[in-house]
Amino acid sequence: MTDQLLYATETALNGLMTGVMYSLVALGFVLIYKSSGVFNYAQGVLALFAALTLVGIQKGQVPFAHLINAMTGGHLESFPWQVPALLAILLTAGVMVIMAIIIEKLVLKHLVNQAPIILFMATIGLAYFLEGFGDVMWGADIKTLDVGLPQGINETIETVTGDLFGYGFFIDNLDLVATLVAVLLVTALTIFSQYSKQGRALRAVADDHQAALSVGISLRFIWILVWSIAGFVALVAGIMWGSKSGVQFSLSLIALKALPVLMLGGFTSIPGAIVGGLIIGMGEKLFEFWIGPLIGGATENWFAYVLALIFLVFRPQGLFGEKIIERV
Amino acid sequence: MFYREAGDFKTSYRADSQTFPIRLDRMGYFAALIVAYAVVPFFIDDYWANAVFVPFLIYAIAAIGLNILVGYAGQVSLGTGGFMAVGAYAVYKLMTTFPEVPFFFHVILAGGVTAFVGVLFGLPSLRIKGFYLAVATLAAQFFLVWLFNKVPWFYNYSASGQITAPDRTMFGIYITGAQTSAVAKYLFCLVILTLVALMARNLTRGTVGRKWMAIRDMDIAAEIIGVNPLSAKVTAFAVSSFFIGIAGALLFSVYLGAAEVGESFGINKSFLVLFMVIIGGLGSIFGSFAGAAFLVLLPVFLKNVLVGALGWPTDVAAHLELMIVGALIVIFLIVEPHGLAQLWRIAKEKLRLWPFPH
Repeated sequence: MTDQLLYATETALNGLMTGVMYSLVALGFVLIYKSSGVFNYAQGVLALFAALTLVGIQKGQVPFAHLINAMTGGHLESFPWQVPALLAILLTAGVMVIMAIIIEKLVLKHLVNQAPIILFMATIGLAYFLEGFGDVMWGADIKTLDVGLPQGINETIETVTGDLFGYGFFIDNLDLVATLVAVLLVTALTIFSQYSKQGRALRAVADDHQAALSVGISLRFIWILVWSIAGFVALVAGIMWGSKSGVQFSLSLIALKALPVLMLGGFTSIPGAIVGGLIIGMGEKLFEFWIGPLIGGATENWFAYVLALIFLVFRPQGLFGEKIIERV
Repeated sequence: MFYREAGDFKTSYRADSQTFPIRLDRMGYFAALIVAYAVVPFFIDDYWANAVFVPFLIYAIAAIGLNILVGYAGQVSLGTGGFMAVGAYAVYKLMTTFPEVPFFFHVILAGGVTAFVGVLFGLPSLRIKGFYLAVATLAAQFFLVWLFNKVPWFYNYSASGQITAPDRTMFGIYITGAQTSAVAKYLFCLVILTLVALMARNLTRGTVGRKWMAIRDMDIAAEIIGVNPLSAKVTAFAVSSFFIGIAGALLFSVYLGAAEVGESFGINKSFLVLFMVIIGGLGSIFGSFAGAAFLVLLPVFLKNVLVGALGWPTDVAAHLELMIVGALIVIFLIVEPHGLAQLWRIAKEKLRLWPFPH
């Protein structure tokens, strides 16, 4: 193989891995959209909040330290303990569940039967609120997240491909772990929704709210459940992205990267989120690799959107989305 | 008792189809105009102009523009920031290329350029609907911001990548640049806002506006009764982008003076204007004003209270501000999903009967 082709292959592989990371965020969107018809813009901020909380618990930070200091003039910093990673993750998952309950009680309950745009705007408001809340609670400085995931370049792959092609592929260990986690997560979600009682209820709600209500499924419980699962998915995404690039405000912007993934895959399809993520991840890396240098680089910001836009013109419901049927 | 249409007889078709058919409404409208043109300019100083009035006027233009697209034609757009950037860069290129043409025409032309770009990005709306369209308009947002960052021709090859508004005058008075007085900025924006609001009001009352609303309520049904969806959607995108482009041009040249595209016209700007439209009230010109006023005043108010009165550090205040704005938006949507305009409507209904219960 020529060098150019080898580079391209490496870029494509890395793109696929990035795509998996996008899919992790997109999954949370799909879950909520499918079951409640809410287009949850706050998913990215949920991931940021989860990551912030995880770091905060792990390092034993005092919540609201800044605010308390500002109000009382004290100098609170952190508790004198560190929490082991696994326990911290469990605690954070607990926080996300509480969050889901609060969101349902304070926001969603009151917005039943409103137009989708209103619900969408409410989640943007929620995103603003959570962003400020996370910052006030844990401080806005950039934090490093370390839960013991392997970092750096995978040397085995580098030597093996080096022997085979005379050129070692650089693949991040973390990306490999992310891929593995994504596979596990999707498998777990599929098993949950296909074989458990709650999962069946969830699918029923997704299919038809009123029919589900009439056979005795509690909508509110399902919504809490879905938001909890979405919170958990956000936590996983937050751990992966946080380990990769640090926990900071820009983490919430990955939600914007997940949107074209959703468009491409269809808002209602879990496989769509995965396949869409892979296509977008690979597409944008290859585009940047080949076309990027010709037109000034940094094309990753918009390529995904334009690709999704062009794609949608030909297939308005996305790759795997349900066919949009309009009746007068 | 005082606010009513009873006894207000119309004797001509002209009087019957005027913009404000109720006398008190009409008086309120003229009173507002008189206050805006003849009272405020005498009291305005730099702080009030820069913190409150000029941003309010400019955002009101943008909100009217977006309201036409989202509120009247039902096409949700998240590309407002990108379209404002088109207006800003268009006016910059025009100002630097044709310095002898009056600045007013530059602003209008910049709106025209934006309208063209808006139509281009609006064409997919014929196939893509709902949230898919909302996300698709993000393509415009990101692509346009990237374009203005990467192509040096747009910022005249300046080293910083910023665009800076050159000094321009109208009738010998500075409108842009450092020497501009607060009154000149205010009045210039006010004149344009008045024109825009009049145009929007009358467009939405006429054939075009009715077509937009038919498309919004159900596009297939509208098509069956003879509304051409292509022309309705494209005109909605064109008119909306025209106004948004004007707002972007004013924001850059009159208000900011210098702009960097990612910072001044980022995705947050799109959300800000969308919030104004939603909080103000979808499908209402008055709502656009109310929403713009609310979201311009709120941060000023919060900053004065948190930093000024309570003396908290600015970073904590900034985060609290995010929280409060977010919470207020959610509360607003829960309490009154149809926005401030609906509150106004309810108040007027109550006023018709007041002070008698029946």
